[in-house]
Amino acid sequence: MFLITKVDENNPLRFMSINKWTTALSIILIVASLATVAINKLNWGLDFTGGTLVEVGFSQPADLAELRQVLEANDYGDAVVQNYGTQRDVLVRVPPRGEANAESIGDSLLGILQTNVDPDLQIRRVEFVGPQVGEELAEAGGLALIVAVICILIYVSFRFEWRLALSAVAGLVQDVILILGIFALFQMQIDLTILAALLATIGYSLNDSIVVADRIRENFRIMRKATPVDVIDISLSQTLSRTMVTSLTTLMVLVVLMLFGGQMIFGFAVAMSIGVVVGTYSSIFTRSTLVLALGISREDLMPPEVEKEGEDQDPVM
Amino acid sequence: MLNKFPLWKNLLVLFIVFFGALYALPNLYGEDHAVQISGTRGGEVTMDTLSQVERTLGQAGIATRGMTYENGQVLVRLESDDDQLAARELLVSELGSQYIVALNLAPATPNWLSSIGGEPLKLGLDLRGGVHFLMEVDMEEALSKMRESMLDSVRDRLRDARIRYTAGGVRAEGNNIVVTLRSAEDYQSAISELRNQFEGYETRTDSSTNSITLVMTDQFLQETRANAIDQNITILRNRVDELGVAEPLIQRQGQDRIVVELPGVQDTARAKEILGATATLEFRFVDTDNDLQDAIAGRVPFGSRLFNVRGGGQQLLENRVILTGDHIVNANVGYDESNRPQVNITLDSAGGRLMTQATRGNVGRPMATVFIEFLATGEITDEGRIAFERVEEVVSVATIQAVLGSNFRITGVGSIQDAQNLALLLRAGALIAPIQIVEERTVGPSLGAENVRAGMTAIMAGFILVLFFMGIYYRKFGMVANIALLTNLVLIVGVMSMIPGATLTMPGMAGILLTVGMAVDANVIIFERIREELLAGRSPQQAISRGYENAFSTIADANITTLITALILFAVGTGSIKGFAVTLAIGIVTSMFTAIVGTRAIVNLAWGRQKRLTKLSI
Repeated sequence: MFLITKVDENNPLRFMSINKWTTALSIILIVASLATVAINKLNWGLDFTGGTLVEVGFSQPADLAELRQVLEANDYGDAVVQNYGTQRDVLVRVPPRGEANAESIGDSLLGILQTNVDPDLQIRRVEFVGPQVGEELAEAGGLALIVAVICILIYVSFRFEWRLALSAVAGLVQDVILILGIFALFQMQIDLTILAALLATIGYSLNDSIVVADRIRENFRIMRKATPVDVIDISLSQTLSRTMVTSLTTLMVLVVLMLFGGQMIFGFAVAMSIGVVVGTYSSIFTRSTLVLALGISREDLMPPEVEKEGEDQDPVM
Repeated sequence: MLNKFPLWKNLLVLFIVFFGALYALPNLYGEDHAVQISGTRGGEVTMDTLSQVERTLGQAGIATRGMTYENGQVLVRLESDDDQLAARELLVSELGSQYIVALNLAPATPNWLSSIGGEPLKLGLDLRGGVHFLMEVDMEEALSKMRESMLDSVRDRLRDARIRYTAGGVRAEGNNIVVTLRSAEDYQSAISELRNQFEGYETRTDSSTNSITLVMTDQFLQETRANAIDQNITILRNRVDELGVAEPLIQRQGQDRIVVELPGVQDTARAKEILGATATLEFRFVDTDNDLQDAIAGRVPFGSRLFNVRGGGQQLLENRVILTGDHIVNANVGYDESNRPQVNITLDSAGGRLMTQATRGNVGRPMATVFIEFLATGEITDEGRIAFERVEEVVSVATIQAVLGSNFRITGVGSIQDAQNLALLLRAGALIAPIQIVEERTVGPSLGAENVRAGMTAIMAGFILVLFFMGIYYRKFGMVANIALLTNLVLIVGVMSMIPGATLTMPGMAGILLTVGMAVDANVIIFERIREELLAGRSPQQAISRGYENAFSTIADANITTLITALILFAVGTGSIKGFAVTLAIGIVTSMFTAIVGTRAIVNLAWGRQKRLTKLSI
């Protein structure tokens, strides 16, 4: 079960020898994801569309068809009714309506269910988001993603070099596109927790690529004769076991969250798990290929001369 | 070479871990059922209240676990939730409506811990159960009332001064008032009549069109907005007191919104009804022809009625209402000639006329301001609605000094604090800007408890899996990493308990588990590096030293970028997402400490002193 940690510098795993194939795969995946998003559309949750959601626990397993009938008879034909977790738990969603007292729809739904179906039902959750607020949340969410990417781009180019920074961020964009593609394909709902998962994925995936970039920089500095392809293959081989171990432990806790964390966390764990897988893929293949394509060389990564200044003097402290 | 930490570094590690553990400790003690008593509407909680409570509960045979008086509140700890409900019912009827008796869960932290600021984690609404409302203040409505009253005032002034304006010559453009005059003469006299006469407006003139524009200043606009928000917050706070919520949060958010969070409230319909109830205001003459003491003794004269005064006492007021609160356009605090606080009141023009009529011939008589609220009685009417009770209170009595118009002032109102309160009540009674709920999130108590259980199970299971894996994969070094992981959990809990604003939410629990997965990463990077150094033929001691050194900048870079995303999440996120960002950020910082410094201290102690170390268990 243990991974090989010994890396032969003369004979590393040749990741870059298959980079034509992985590039093709990346392009296909990105195009397919964008197409899926365009055709299927994303399934925006209540947080972004506005509307009302009521989650109730019945004392007996609920008959969804009957519930739909009851709601239809009471002027809620547009309500979506589904089981949530167990057979007794039911989620009712009503899209935003242009009515004046939209905030009382939740109470009215509860009243209808109480009088017509089960007087002993338990209120588990009520959410109402006005259309204006939904729009603002969507705006803030999109802004957060963009600002995160820009801040990271600035930090990484400051700490590393623009080729490494640009490819790191390109990898992030690919991660986000692929996750959204999968969400569109399976019509999973995107709410605020999914947005948090996307941002956490960005942080995670970047973690990976920084560890690799760090090693690439170090190896360029110490391996004077190696070609860029060699350096990248060696760096990827050296960091491979770390990449795998960390992905594995993170996936372990995410699977645990999916199994035990309850319904509210499920979507988060799914999104983040997808993120870990695509993030690992992009930090091994996409980013390295891009760094090579941007023409990185040893000179680009040598430490600037300024840092050497004062090295021959005694330290002050 | 040997790997040793200087003594101060070892002590620092011990010190930090000790403090983290100390502040995490309160979470182990659980919570007591309690009732919390505070004053409202002039009622004040004192040591006497405490003894009264003690007596009442003692007579009813309800045992308590302790009673404290602090910050003008009495907290009574009880043995069970049954006792808690019984005690609340008893105290509500005993103390009356000037006190709020709220159910609460009080942390059972021992005194020595709470005296150094130790407190258990604060749970978010998704874990405690409760209601979150986001309310929007209708600023357009507030501004339009302001506009209407300005138009009236300007027209009145021009009419009084016999200045002629064109048809539709006094109109509003946005928040500004534009006046167009008939002739150049009218224009000139209008300038002298209108210039600098209206607070908050600047005068601009245009002689080519004979028009004058009164421009609302930005400062005045800001003030109006702030006033509308403050007014609503005051109203909401009074209402929330009615609900008997132990730790409500009422806060301004952004330009024109208010957040209301009511932990533990499950009946949202009731909460909404109470929050939406209106308040109003009346001005009445004090009945000076009859004796107050006679009236109190039961001989209330015809045409008058007894009113309670806020803070105690009674007043005999005439039945006739001079004016109601809906004529009030604005009320704010100012200073009189001798620099004492006063309250300036602006009425609309209809209100101004009523006031002039009523005060003409009544100069020298006292006038009372009566504040009227509709408070929930806690009972349900036959139609299944919540029963409301009309509560009237005299909030101010002032002597009329002159015939009043649409602008007048109340002087001699006491301290600046009193003046501000009166101004707020006047505005509250006027209900200048109505509010509307734009977002609601309610979590029932059963779901909250379920979330806590689910989160705890996930954290435990995830932890055990990771600990197991690390132990097998990195053997003894893995065990060191495991000690660091457990310490990290204690530190996260400790730091979150210490920070006043940090609350634990469901996504926050996911965040804790996620930092576990990521905290391992730092150790993985270090251990992989040590393995590499060993394979490159270095001695174990050198491998340890170089492994930690080389890994440091990588770990720092990787964690700083994650910290950036956490900060962004915190900035844009709301509620539970903010909770996720907070735990993530705290987890990153504590995990860097435990994974880098903490494990190094243990590794140094375990292997660093062995001169002839030939193998590492890694």
